[in-house]
Amino acid sequence: MNSKLLHRAILFGLLGLFALFFLLPLYVMLVTSLKDMDQVRLGNLLSLPASLNFASWDKAWHHACTGTDCRGLQPYFWNSLAMIIPAVAVSTTLGALNGYVLTKWRFKGSELLFSLMLFGVFMPLQVVLLPMSQVLGWIGLSDSIWGLVTVHVLMGLASTTLFFRNYYVGLPDELIKAAMLDGAGFFRIFWRIVLPLSTPILVVTLIWQFTNIWNDFLFGVVFSGADSKPITVGLNNLANTSSSVKEYNVDMAAAMIAALPTLLVYVVAGKYFVRGLTAGAVKG
Amino acid sequence: MPAPPSGNPPMAASTTAAGPSARARFEHWLPRLVLAPSFVLSFLFIYGLIAWNGYLSVSASRLLPNYEFVGLEQYVTLFESERWMVALKNLLIFSGLFIGLAMAVGLLLAILLDQKIRAEGLLRTIYLYPMALSFIVTGTAWKWILNPGLGIEHLMQGWGFTNFKFEWLVDPDMAIYTVVIAGVWQSAGFVMALFLAGLRGIDESIIKAAQIDGASLPRIYWRILIPSMRPVFFSTLMVLAHIAIKSFDLVMALTAGGPGFATDLPATFMYTMAFTRGQIGLGAASATVMLATVAAIVVPYLYSELRSKR
Repeated sequence: MNSKLLHRAILFGLLGLFALFFLLPLYVMLVTSLKDMDQVRLGNLLSLPASLNFASWDKAWHHACTGTDCRGLQPYFWNSLAMIIPAVAVSTTLGALNGYVLTKWRFKGSELLFSLMLFGVFMPLQVVLLPMSQVLGWIGLSDSIWGLVTVHVLMGLASTTLFFRNYYVGLPDELIKAAMLDGAGFFRIFWRIVLPLSTPILVVTLIWQFTNIWNDFLFGVVFSGADSKPITVGLNNLANTSSSVKEYNVDMAAAMIAALPTLLVYVVAGKYFVRGLTAGAVKG
Repeated sequence: MPAPPSGNPPMAASTTAAGPSARARFEHWLPRLVLAPSFVLSFLFIYGLIAWNGYLSVSASRLLPNYEFVGLEQYVTLFESERWMVALKNLLIFSGLFIGLAMAVGLLLAILLDQKIRAEGLLRTIYLYPMALSFIVTGTAWKWILNPGLGIEHLMQGWGFTNFKFEWLVDPDMAIYTVVIAGVWQSAGFVMALFLAGLRGIDESIIKAAQIDGASLPRIYWRILIPSMRPVFFSTLMVLAHIAIKSFDLVMALTAGGPGFATDLPATFMYTMAFTRGQIGLGAASATVMLATVAAIVVPYLYSELRSKR
């Protein structure tokens, strides 16, 4: 059985090489963020830090400069957090209600409405940027966190509706009929019967919305003002500030800080993250 | 929500001889009322703003919106602009290589992982984690790795390859390929996940039968498994094409469109024109072209998906 052993060796060799390729940027980010600038300049990309040095993490969080502002990433991080909580909560709630109506309270034309909305999942966002910035100005939300929340909710509705609709199609209609015979109304059925059965899709949608909104850059860079920039914009400004000597260790620490929340979600609930990805890719 | 006054379900109440009560009529319309706000807002947002953007693209808008109609002038300027043509050419190069390589690597990984190996869960986690990160984060990381002075080049020279040069990031002709590297790194794991799910969905007995007939493993994959995953290929292609066309963050973080405008894509072109160059009409026109491209790919796909479900 020598050839079988050889096959296995090649198989694991390939898988291992790919694993190294995929881990490389994360490894480089991490070790670079723990080095001091001398070591970054003199040593090589892959070498381990001479000593554990969290100075660049501290600097990235508290003091790093983006332009003339030297408060580090901290304010951007809090902006992202302030934006993401209402945006995820509202878009998920509305998506759940929409999915419930579209599957359990169908009416003439509801399928058509849904298909028209589906296009919103695929539409290139560039098309709404210019008019949207005017609309936000009219309603007094330009350059604010609430403006970003509004845009993310509007943009997220199509996907959250899609997720819940596809899940609720699988809930037996008999459950709803039985509850109606018992005299339960629209909201009572949702609250008492549908919602308790929704945990899996709720988790998928929450994770999906969280990652998308946390990672968004386009809306952040177009619609935020000086005091409402999200973390991705903060990181990009920090890494592209060309004023003084480039501190790659601080850049990498900043990138790690911006990556940690979604990375954490992925490690803790990766299964649901993957389900979200595949649900987004394969409709129905 | 209090229970309805009588024990009758709302549907039954609406058919009584006395005609529907106000309460029953409310119950009847309630689902639509719940749906209405998000659908009205979504449609205004999607189709209303598309129309508005379309109008901006045929207006004389420059630094400020100006609703004077100028016909297709902006589109003529757009397609006469060298920068836009570079962006389109880049999109072709980038999307071709990105989609092709991400599919190839993803499929290879899926097949390798499908060989009943230990540590599959761990490997899958490693291959897929880039997808959880922002393009801004991964772009920043790749920019550092590909940095001509201190990154891979420095590493290889340190290892004794003193003549090793790797300056793609600052070479106008090669910079777009660095975007491809980072893009494939980011998305290949996602393709792997889709293909692996597809492979796992295939009936085992088909494989058993082929094995009894004496077919080799590569032959089984090539002739039976891969062809039966056609729908998965199609969905993956759709999603990757869509990612390619809207790619913006990755380029902004990795090269910011540079050197010069050598790595501009339509998405970064649109942003630059509309928000930093004060060319609103031109930006709107480029956005409309992007929309048309996506629609040409996605509308037939959505149409067939929705039809096949009936």
